[in-house]
Amino acid sequence: MRKLIRVAGAALALSALMLTACGTADEPTPSGAGGTTKVKLQLQWFVQGQFAGYIAAADQGFYREQGLDVEILEGGVDIVPQTVLAQGQADFAIAWVPKALASREQGAEITNIGQIFQRSGTYQVSFASSNITSPADLRGKKVGNWGFGNEFELFAAMTKAGLDPGKDVTLVQQQFDMQGLLRKDIDAAQAMSYNEYAQLLEAKDPATGQLYKPEAFTVLDWNKEGTAMLQDAVWANTSKLSDQSYQDTAVKFLAASIKGWAYCRDNPEACRDLVVKRGSKLGASHQLWQVNETNKLVWPSPAGAGVIDEAAWKATVDLSMTTKNADGQTVLTKAPEGLAYTNDYVRKALDTLKSQNVDVNGTGFTPKTVTLNEGGV
Amino acid sequence: MNRRLRLALGGVGAVLVGVALWEGYKAVGDPDGTVLFGARVLPRTDDAAMPHVWTVLSRFGDPELAGGDPIWLVVLQACLFTLRSVAIGFVAGALVGLLLAVLMQRLRVVERGLLPYVILSQTVPLIALAPVIAGWGGRLAIGPYPWQPWMSVTVIALYLAFFPVAVGMLRGLQSPAPIAEELMRSYAAGWWRTLVKLRLPASTPYLFPALRLAAAAAVVGAVVGEISTGTRGGVGRLVIEYSREATTDPAKVFTAMVGAAALGLAVAAIVGLGEFLVGRRRVRA
Repeated sequence: MRKLIRVAGAALALSALMLTACGTADEPTPSGAGGTTKVKLQLQWFVQGQFAGYIAAADQGFYREQGLDVEILEGGVDIVPQTVLAQGQADFAIAWVPKALASREQGAEITNIGQIFQRSGTYQVSFASSNITSPADLRGKKVGNWGFGNEFELFAAMTKAGLDPGKDVTLVQQQFDMQGLLRKDIDAAQAMSYNEYAQLLEAKDPATGQLYKPEAFTVLDWNKEGTAMLQDAVWANTSKLSDQSYQDTAVKFLAASIKGWAYCRDNPEACRDLVVKRGSKLGASHQLWQVNETNKLVWPSPAGAGVIDEAAWKATVDLSMTTKNADGQTVLTKAPEGLAYTNDYVRKALDTLKSQNVDVNGTGFTPKTVTLNEGGV
Repeated sequence: MNRRLRLALGGVGAVLVGVALWEGYKAVGDPDGTVLFGARVLPRTDDAAMPHVWTVLSRFGDPELAGGDPIWLVVLQACLFTLRSVAIGFVAGALVGLLLAVLMQRLRVVERGLLPYVILSQTVPLIALAPVIAGWGGRLAIGPYPWQPWMSVTVIALYLAFFPVAVGMLRGLQSPAPIAEELMRSYAAGWWRTLVKLRLPASTPYLFPALRLAAAAAVVGAVVGEISTGTRGGVGRLVIEYSREATTDPAKVFTAMVGAAALGLAVAAIVGLGEFLVGRRRVRA
């Protein structure tokens, strides 16, 4: 027995030694080359038009202007940005508000410091022939959803229409593609305006041999149904926000990011090219569509890009506390405590940008009309 | 020569049978699949669900994106990227497994204490493990080199690969007959000599099947790890990227899957070659 303890002790000491030898990169590394601050940004997904503003800020040198050296970390199937942020492996993260608030309730110390997307980009799409023109029409239908917290708006709309999502509809787990809807395995499928909806319009209608036209589908837009929730926001680490240098970094990061989004508003084609150059595997017309649709979610921004609208925030929190999912659970059990969001940093960032004559409201923004090609090429 | 020819013919034949099964089912199966009691028991056979073999093959020759590299080149490069994670994970996993097996064989108490954990380690679902490993990796640096995402994938491959080697080799090291061990004892051979002269040679029949399993596990671990953590560059990432385009380009995702399967075959072939070489040397010796 004593021998065993000795062996175990030696093994422990050895592993401790190896770990210290590896060294941790946990401590902030304030200065990189040329006195720049190194910043890691965790995205929710692979590089695509949805993140065009951050990519533009990185590749057009807006971050560098602010003295930041930003590394963009891509997401993956099982990467949860708010967890990566709370664990300290990223300085900022992009995440949807309800999902991030759920993580927050479970102990992740994060704060929303910039609401980049002012609107929701989630649709529920069905064939026009199915006559699903309001959430109440979903009764008895096969309703596709992605799960993992991407379905809250849909559930909120069904609850609002008096449907019990667990009983009155057949819930179907959706894949990454839209074949389920096109083959009518699903009557109404979840789709992001900037991605899956475009995939539908890039597909050929076997009946006509032509691409599907928008008229072929009915879209339930949660912004219009009143159950939209806030989506892509910039989240910061709450405990680090007490640190002055991190506060300064947050302001600089937001200023450069919003400048990037303003650049993409004015130069969607250039932003598409930047996204493609970053190695996105999606085709060019699809990518331009995505940048254009994302622009619609950001602009116009009457209070200034990135400012968290109190009413929209409250609506998101209320829906998160009242909407039940298929198991009868709500997203949040109580109102968020502590510093869940703050406009302090984004307001400072907007002041910086206004002094540089950057248009941070986009009042005159008019979206482009993008023609999608087959397969998005 | 004759045997090798037969082997090659067998390989080609197996591929042809696979193609014939695919196309045969596609030809006779219901395009909408076969549904029994509300559950689809046989898959759909339309072109979106099961593209023709020649559609997939010709997709290999087309560019990935308009004006880009052809798909075969992209998939090949991705497979080579993944191969690095597989190779390092496999070798490290085999060494860890070997070490554990020797330790467990040497100390009975370690075997009793460790073996349940070794088995338990494989019941942890990969999708739960992968983000945790990626998370730890983000905090580490090996000397001056920061942790790279592919290293997390390598660790996942290692995690799956060590298990069959540990269990198989333990069995192999325990395989010599008591009479052989007693003979070694009568020569006054110590533990080390017994290990090198008796136990290790006796365990080769157990080693190679274990290594084959480990190689397959390393490939699965690397591909799933890449999917899970979204590691850029590998074939697992391509599977996810291409599956998003399955609405309009269903053949594309199959090119990535063929690539992943070819990677598995290539790694298995390397292990087989190793077995062949070791076997030949032993016959000569």
